[in-house]
Amino acid sequence: MVATQEAKQTVQDVTGEYKYGFVTDIETERAPKGLSEDVIRFISAKKDEPEWLLAWRLKAYQKWLTMEEPTWAMVDYPKIDFQDIYYYSAPKSAEDGPKSLDEVDPELLRTYEKLGISLKEQEVLAGVAVDIVFDSVSVATTFRKKLKEAGIIFCSISEAAHDYPELMKKYLGSVVPVADNYYSALNSAVFTDGTFVYIPKGVRCPMELSTYFRINEANTGQFERTIIIADEGSYVSYLEGCTAPQRDENQLHAAVVELITHDDAEIKYSTVQNWYPGDKDGKGGIYNFVTKRGACRGKNSKISWTQVETGSAVTWKYPSCLLIGDGSVGEFYSVAITNNYQQADTGTKMIHIGKNTSSTIISKGISAGKSEATYRGLVRVMAGAENARNFTQCDSLLIGDKCGAHTVPYIEIKNPTAQVEHEATTSKISDEQLFYCQQRGLETEDSVALIVNGFCKDVMKNLPMEFAVEAQKLLGISLEGSVG
Amino acid sequence: MLEIKNLHVTVGGQEILKGLNLTISDGEVHAIMGPNGAGKSTLSYAVCGKDGYEITQGSITYNGKNLMDMDPNERAGEGLFLGFQYPVEIPGVSNMNFLRSALNSQRRYRGEDEIAAVDFLKLIRAKAAELDMDPEMLKRPVNVGFSGGEKKRNEMVQMAVLDPSLAVLDETDSGLDIDALKIVATGINRLRATDKSILMITHYQRLLDYVVPDYVHILAAGQIVKTGGKELALELEEKGYMGLGITESAA
Ligand SMILES: Nc1ncnc2c1ncn2[C@@H]1O[C@H](COP(=O)(O)OP(=O)(O)O)[C@@H](O)[C@H]1O
Ligand SMILES: [Mg+2]
Repeated sequence: MVATQEAKQTVQDVTGEYKYGFVTDIETERAPKGLSEDVIRFISAKKDEPEWLLAWRLKAYQKWLTMEEPTWAMVDYPKIDFQDIYYYSAPKSAEDGPKSLDEVDPELLRTYEKLGISLKEQEVLAGVAVDIVFDSVSVATTFRKKLKEAGIIFCSISEAAHDYPELMKKYLGSVVPVADNYYSALNSAVFTDGTFVYIPKGVRCPMELSTYFRINEANTGQFERTIIIADEGSYVSYLEGCTAPQRDENQLHAAVVELITHDDAEIKYSTVQNWYPGDKDGKGGIYNFVTKRGACRGKNSKISWTQVETGSAVTWKYPSCLLIGDGSVGEFYSVAITNNYQQADTGTKMIHIGKNTSSTIISKGISAGKSEATYRGLVRVMAGAENARNFTQCDSLLIGDKCGAHTVPYIEIKNPTAQVEHEATTSKISDEQLFYCQQRGLETEDSVALIVNGFCKDVMKNLPMEFAVEAQKLLGISLEGSVG
Repeated sequence: MLEIKNLHVTVGGQEILKGLNLTISDGEVHAIMGPNGAGKSTLSYAVCGKDGYEITQGSITYNGKNLMDMDPNERAGEGLFLGFQYPVEIPGVSNMNFLRSALNSQRRYRGEDEIAAVDFLKLIRAKAAELDMDPEMLKRPVNVGFSGGEKKRNEMVQMAVLDPSLAVLDETDSGLDIDALKIVATGINRLRATDKSILMITHYQRLLDYVVPDYVHILAAGQIVKTGGKELALELEEKGYMGLGITESAA
């Protein structure tokens, strides 16, 4: 991961080939605090966007003004003052960042150490100004070349707005309509960052696409926008996020992700989310309000979401699938860990529209400390969806007796041929299990990590290999101090 | 050498062990027998440091070190192994992964290098074969869906891999058919052959036909009330606790 992160920056520094966006005029100021038409115009101008996109943003903003912040999720947080947020700020320059690791939160460094991250990598992740290592340039350039040869588009959303306006116009907001919800409307008005991927017909993407390889992106976005299109018969696996927490001063994150599969295409989307969860007393931490949705438009197409959620103070997130094409398949595999005062309300929606569509939902929630985790899932079978099938397995694991786990399944069946199965369990890590592990030589925290990893196995095995190993370590770290 | 002196243990507010003395020298095999509820499992838990087993008086030392100051995993690192009366299930964690994590954790405790993956694979396969365990079982989650006999066999495989210097086996023979019993005995005898110490807790003389102990103790009402050689087990089998003048109620 380090290599790629470094490569990203190196290529950026060395080639300086970016025509658009803020990378070239990095010195400019940020927009004034708060949200207004002027701020949106400012953002659009900074990104040198085409007229239609500005119009689209402004429309979204008007819509947002008429909407109410949702309150139905089982999460509790102080009201957000949307006029007290900067919606556009140029990437931090080196002078703004810490000068050395000595200036970085020791807690963050301790986590890096436990994940086995090298000093160099720690500096990059923590935002310390570093000299870029040169030999990693080749990694990223080779990578870009290979993708180009295959006809794959993999670029920032701003780049796509310039270079592929037809694709952007066709797909932007086509899965998550602007007015879908309060945060999707907000995101549509102010998004400043994100990824665009297009896999042409019949192409199997030769490597896992990771946000790390995406050049021209300088920071984790606060309002990210991601679009991935898999054309007929194509396949792509996309990795979002990182197991190591990154320095991030934005409290509110509201991303929108749209996936589209055409006939016989498949998208596998994996996320490890490890943003700052707040301290042991519940102070600070990120609010993560994300709208992720995939549309299986083509027949026999497939979208698979795998997520490991360990960070954020408040998470509100339901990666969903619209199963439109006949025979299309939706999958949702999720591990959500909450500790201390974290709150997570997460789950999925599987909307069966086409015939012979099927969906699988495996959700593993782990709550420790005084945290609250809610699984909220909807399985809807529309009248025309002959022979739809769904299997849902929802397991909760409690550590200690001050935390909570809730399961809220909604099932709506409008076609009698549907077969829907729902299983749910709640269990605790028992003293017997812990003692058994300890007696064999494992330390308490390793024992908890092992038991929790076992509990999550059905989800973890769906993660790409390199991710899985780190995600396993992460589970242990997230639960530190939860026992004894 | 394990030395237990005047051990008093309270569980759930009730004193279960009431001044127990026991010394096991290196290479010795001891058997402890005793009526149900006498405190045999309590003794094994107290030695291995389970939470909730409060030592109110007395001492436990192993090779001169005070075990009572150590966490359960540290005691394991010092060479202690407990064969559980009821082995615990850990869903989703393969036997192989569990045991490798455990072994490496013990090695780290002792300041040794972790075992290479290939070497570990060789080791565990060899030990499973010695104890007639199907190698496929190594991939299955720890004890999940195992029969009683399979669980006990699994304890023996774990013991063989971890190679403890003192094994405390709590009713490892209970509920086993004769074939499974022989497997368990094989496991114990192999450990014994490398000059390790063993404390077998058992209800039945039958195991002692296969693993002949150096000493037999009878634990009743929280104390060792009688100690003898292997004949004591036979005598007990013949006469029963009453016949030996041992009452089950607290002294
Ligand atoms: N957790 C506990 N809380 C209260 N009493 C217990 C607990 N565990 C064991 N005991 C009691 O301690 C006594 C000894 O139990 P144990 O050591 O399991 O006996 P044995 O193994 O010899 O059959 C029994 O009377 C049992 O009921
Ligand atoms: Mg017992």
